[in-house]
Amino acid sequence: MNYLTEALAWIADPANQSGPNGILARLAEHLLYTLIATGGAALLAIPIGYAIGHTGRGSGLVVGATGAARALPTLGVLTLIALLAGIGIGAPLIALGVLAAPSILAGAYSGVQAVEPSTVDAARAIGMSEWQVLWRVEIPLGLPQLIGGLRSAVLQVMATATLVAYVGGGGLGRFLFLGLKTQDYPQMLAASLLVVALAVVCEGLFEVSVRVSLARKAARSRSPQLIGG
Amino acid sequence: MNWLTNNLPAIWTALMAHLALSLPPIAASFLISLPLGWAAQRYRWLRFPLVTGLSLIYAIPSLPLLIVLPLILGTTVRSPVNVVVALTFYGIALMVRSVADALDAVPRDAVTSATAMGYSPLRQFFAVELPLAGPGLLAGLRVVAVSTMALVTVSAVLGVHSLGALFTDGFQRGIIAEVVTGIVGTVALALLVDRALVAIGWVSMPWLRVRSAQSETGGSA
Amino acid sequence: MLKRILALLAAGAVTLGLSACGSADPVGSSSTQTPGTTGSLVIGSQQYYSNEIIAELYAQALEADGYQVTREYQIGQREVYLPEMAAGRIDLLPEYNGNLLQFYDKQTTARTPAEVTAALADVLPAGLRPLDMAEATDQDSYTVTRATADEYGLVEIGDLANLPQPVKIGANSEFATRPYGIPGLRDVYGVEGVVFPIEDSGSALTVKALVDGDVQVADIYTASPAIEINNLVSLADPKALILPQNIVPIVSDAVDAQAADVINAVTAELGMADLIAMNTRSVNEQLSSSQIATDWLRAKGLL
Repeated sequence: MNYLTEALAWIADPANQSGPNGILARLAEHLLYTLIATGGAALLAIPIGYAIGHTGRGSGLVVGATGAARALPTLGVLTLIALLAGIGIGAPLIALGVLAAPSILAGAYSGVQAVEPSTVDAARAIGMSEWQVLWRVEIPLGLPQLIGGLRSAVLQVMATATLVAYVGGGGLGRFLFLGLKTQDYPQMLAASLLVVALAVVCEGLFEVSVRVSLARKAARSRSPQLIGG
Repeated sequence: MNWLTNNLPAIWTALMAHLALSLPPIAASFLISLPLGWAAQRYRWLRFPLVTGLSLIYAIPSLPLLIVLPLILGTTVRSPVNVVVALTFYGIALMVRSVADALDAVPRDAVTSATAMGYSPLRQFFAVELPLAGPGLLAGLRVVAVSTMALVTVSAVLGVHSLGALFTDGFQRGIIAEVVTGIVGTVALALLVDRALVAIGWVSMPWLRVRSAQSETGGSA
Repeated sequence: MLKRILALLAAGAVTLGLSACGSADPVGSSSTQTPGTTGSLVIGSQQYYSNEIIAELYAQALEADGYQVTREYQIGQREVYLPEMAAGRIDLLPEYNGNLLQFYDKQTTARTPAEVTAALADVLPAGLRPLDMAEATDQDSYTVTRATADEYGLVEIGDLANLPQPVKIGANSEFATRPYGIPGLRDVYGVEGVVFPIEDSGSALTVKALVDGDVQVADIYTASPAIEINNLVSLADPKALILPQNIVPIVSDAVDAQAADVINAVTAELGMADLIAMNTRSVNEQLSSSQIATDWLRAKGLL
């Protein structure tokens, strides 16, 4: 793979690294888009997921809505919103948020929902209010699932955030499209490698937080077989 | 709505091409993920590389993957094989974790009893673990199916025909009805396939019917 | 281990892919088909609605003359379809002479339509040749709104120096490096520009950005209906910064002399006004390419 070494050389070239169009600036933009889109989706999806998981009402809605939202083609949503709203990062951020929401919603919901009914009943029996049950029992025990949901959302958004450049934004997609349009394949490949590298770092962070939350869960729950459930 | 009535045959062609492009990777990623997920669940040291490592495939932006793959496979960029292989990769990225998790959820008692009864590992897998992991596998497969149906559209950017062609064409001509048709068509087709999978699960896992009937009558109002 | 997995995966997917395409593709337009024998031609088009209409003109004219035509429309960009043409899988595709020349020869000094077409014959891969070029051209242009043109007295590209520098230009990302883009703007006209990349090739979104005032100038193709609809002004290019983009059909050896005559007859009628009118119908009346092509060929007496 000759392209691969050329791509690595492109990344290593100091001329490509700094400045407003450099790798570092684009990397920061990419990260920012991912954070805003996933964060916005999380603000909306987590409360809904918890509400449904706790009350048990509308679980059919979660399954239906997450299924339908997963089926939404990001390219189509992006073009539609862009045609209606014009250029700028508004359209891509909404499209990326739509992409992130189902995984987060499912994670929040299934985490709460998967808590053993006996554990919840026990919490109620010792006099916890519904809020306390949610805050002290269901949310902590459901954390691994929520993190799992956030994790796949971040990964998907990060890979798809290259499309922001399609409608006038920044991010690593700028290198990707410029490389594609000018047949500069090393640059295109370099952009892909950077996206993957960013994702690897994020996955590492998530892996650590999953292990921490699993350890906490094990400490909290008295029945050890709950781990991994 | 002019566009819709003027282009019905083109829409039908796109729908069919979309199906033909998305069903093979859904099936392939399921079949390939089964042994991988089994290995990840069986051997702890394999779990991290297989589950987390393969899930990183999802981080590869699809557009460059579709351009780089032909160089490796020796196919042309527009070859459906190229798209099918790329989508299979993405499907595996999602499915291996589901398989491992679904096997995790199989009650250890059942597995231990099977071992005690002298089941061979292979028989134990097919007669005990696989059926008991069924619901989890089905849930994972449904996610893969729906995501794949949505992801197929990206290949339109490279000129492979699917409902995604309605996005690129509608974007250029500024015809919103065309883009909306593409979105609605993709979602409808995905939900149709999803329903079909649920139906297959219903037929192939009769014991689930009993359980869901119980939970329906036993559920609190 | 990984290698085995990959091999297994590829094999499985390939088998499944092939079997599914064999049975489930109702139109049978999969690209695995072998190129036709005599009298059967594969016609392709770029992923550009206007290009598809032109391809459809040739397709219907050839069909009327007894040729069997397979349509392979909306094929990505040059890097996707040119290798396929060179491999003989596509026999005819409408091209734009300037950009095609630049694809093969980035340092080209050809500037007039005649120079460009002459140079083209030398750079095309073996087995491909250009036929006659049309009067119609669909080229990049520095386009502004009527209001901007009036406010700053803009007539030609050099007048952009009247605007605050650098001028913000909405265009595809490659505009930043192409000779007709930012570098040429500075060297030829002494105007400083900065690209605001919008990857829709001067279509709806770029036009919207221009009309909304997000950018002051946009790279919009001269055959775009948006210029007339939005009362835009394409600035004159007296120093020939921008390469001409006359429509020129590129054909393989499968196109014989008789087919070439049919194609050239269509090209000869294809004027600038014709192209804009057909593009406008596509965008406004939202008709299919085949309908637009049939109407135009009938009007010209070619069907």
